[in-house]
Amino acid sequence: MKLHEYQSKQIFAKYGIPIPKGRVAATATEAKQIAEELGGRVVVKSQVLVGGRGKAGGIRLAKTAKEAEEVANQILRMEIKGLPVRKVLVDQAANIDQEIYLGITNDRAARRPVFMASAAGGVEIEEVARTNPEKIIKVHIDPLLGLRDYQARDIAIGIDLPKDYWKSFGEICRGLWRVYVECDATLVEINPLVILKEKTLLALDGKMLLDDNALFRHPDLAEMRDVDEEAPAETEARKYGLSFIKLDGNIGCMVNGAGLAMTTMDIVKLFGGDPANFLDIGGGAGADKVAAALRIILSDKNVKAILFNVFGGITRCDEVARGILSALDEVKPTIPMVVRLVGTNAEEGRKLLADAHMITAETLADAAKKSVAAAKA
Amino acid sequence: MSILVDKNTRLLVQGITGNEGLFHTQQMLAYGTKVVSGTRPGKGGEWVLDGKVPVFDSCKAAVDATGANASIIFVAAAFAPDAIFEAADAGIPFIVCITEGVAVQDMMRVREYLDQKQVRLLGPNCPGLLTPGEAKVGIIPGNIAIPGDVGVVSRSGTLTYEVLYALKLVGMGASTCVGIGGDPINGTNFIDCLTMFEDDPRTEKIVMIGEIGGTDEEKAAQFIASKMTKPVVSFIAGQTAPPGKRMGHAGAIIEGGAGTAADKVKALESVGVKVAKHPEEIPSLLK
Repeated sequence: MKLHEYQSKQIFAKYGIPIPKGRVAATATEAKQIAEELGGRVVVKSQVLVGGRGKAGGIRLAKTAKEAEEVANQILRMEIKGLPVRKVLVDQAANIDQEIYLGITNDRAARRPVFMASAAGGVEIEEVARTNPEKIIKVHIDPLLGLRDYQARDIAIGIDLPKDYWKSFGEICRGLWRVYVECDATLVEINPLVILKEKTLLALDGKMLLDDNALFRHPDLAEMRDVDEEAPAETEARKYGLSFIKLDGNIGCMVNGAGLAMTTMDIVKLFGGDPANFLDIGGGAGADKVAAALRIILSDKNVKAILFNVFGGITRCDEVARGILSALDEVKPTIPMVVRLVGTNAEEGRKLLADAHMITAETLADAAKKSVAAAKA
Repeated sequence: MSILVDKNTRLLVQGITGNEGLFHTQQMLAYGTKVVSGTRPGKGGEWVLDGKVPVFDSCKAAVDATGANASIIFVAAAFAPDAIFEAADAGIPFIVCITEGVAVQDMMRVREYLDQKQVRLLGPNCPGLLTPGEAKVGIIPGNIAIPGDVGVVSRSGTLTYEVLYALKLVGMGASTCVGIGGDPINGTNFIDCLTMFEDDPRTEKIVMIGEIGGTDEEKAAQFIASKMTKPVVSFIAGQTAPPGKRMGHAGAIIEGGAGTAADKVKALESVGVKVAKHPEEIPSLLK
């Protein structure tokens, strides 16, 4: 789960990381009000959950409150990478001397958290990694010990941070580490962390990704999810415990198991079709779950055919077939449906579905070919 | 011979009284696995499945009384890390965690601790393993595989069943099938399993089923090139997966352009591994 910049920075502030004065606004009038309260120059920043907001013109400086209102008005009408801007953050403008990158993420290969820092802040770290990998300092943290003070110093030295800032930088590192651990983040990022002309450090921008699997112990953070920023079908799927991702094709896929669901998409493509979605209905899929999945797939008007691919292991195929039948009874789809049932009690399952006017298939390849043909018909 | 489990494995089931724990204990017993005990704090002293398996309050008590030397975990995600620590501290050398949805930072701490204690973990978020005709520790349906000389290792569940089933249809069997799980941080990886299969006299060839996310398949490719004498056939799921989205499994995500199926296929093909275009092609590539 992604957090907005303003949400991330509010969390940073709670852990002692200095952030600019500012507030979030949903209208231009509010933005003007906030700018008036802050006084002086402000930065108006679109709050959408994608990178590249600056390049898209979604971050602008305003010298007066009046100008902040105008700028906010423009930004609030924008769409950035397909996402409409619904909120802007109005922050006091800073006198920047230098921009630093500081972040913590999970290093999958090392199986440890890794601090990353660079004196070349302000640009996307992936960009720095591509062009100047030697400018990124990486320090792995023992997950049982946590961040040690010397490691924070090593990072400061690694990015040539002047000695005068080591103490305050160390506090920011420790604060960020606590954010990462206590929020179960998979990424926390300050980009840029700036050295001000006033000789202090300030976290100008913030980004956080949270581990969905840990949200059970963070109900407060779970509430921060911005469902406006995801496809409505994905929000709906989550409610039913389904794993769903919308794609651009026209063949709806309903599969049990994540690996098999990906494979089903791949094989549809291999035989000349385009999958409309990834959908894992999980094990022991009952009628209610299948019906919900069917409704979600059919809510996409591009879908011209549906492919059910179920491998019965512990889940028996006749049970799944009954689930499909009662779901069909409820949802009554009118598009062609191809079904492949394999494994435990597959024969019984196929017999049950034979009367439901479904196209049956024996092999994966056969199922894919038939659904591609059905979508074209 | 086989890898990791065999007829002599004495299994402890953590969370044996829950729906899943009980159901799969029954299945494992029916397959011939020696399930010697189970745990459920608060239900120590009871028996389950008509007096077949004794229940203990703790792993320590279960190990002391029944000599368990492997454990399988069916507890909810919130409690799974603690269950792993408990099994490790009770001296169990091999732990299988079926549970899906374990927090990734918990897994980093678990892995660090287990490495220090030299305890092997399989999973989490995995179907466990099956040595056809000998033992089943996990949830892989016993009836879809026959004994044979193909070692199977996979990050997936039902996709693995597809492959076992496709092998069975042409009369090919498995030595051991290992599901290493779909999480970004797991206990046992491809290279661990490839090493064991290389050393296992009953395994002649290997099927490795990967998917998008991380770089384990690429590392396995290097390992195959430098260390393996037995042939490896592979399949990689997620050719059509969009970047930045988690495809069901927590670990199945293309991040910052890394972890694509295309990269993995390229890495494997460059060291001579045959990569199937779809799972049903695998048996013919093994011939």
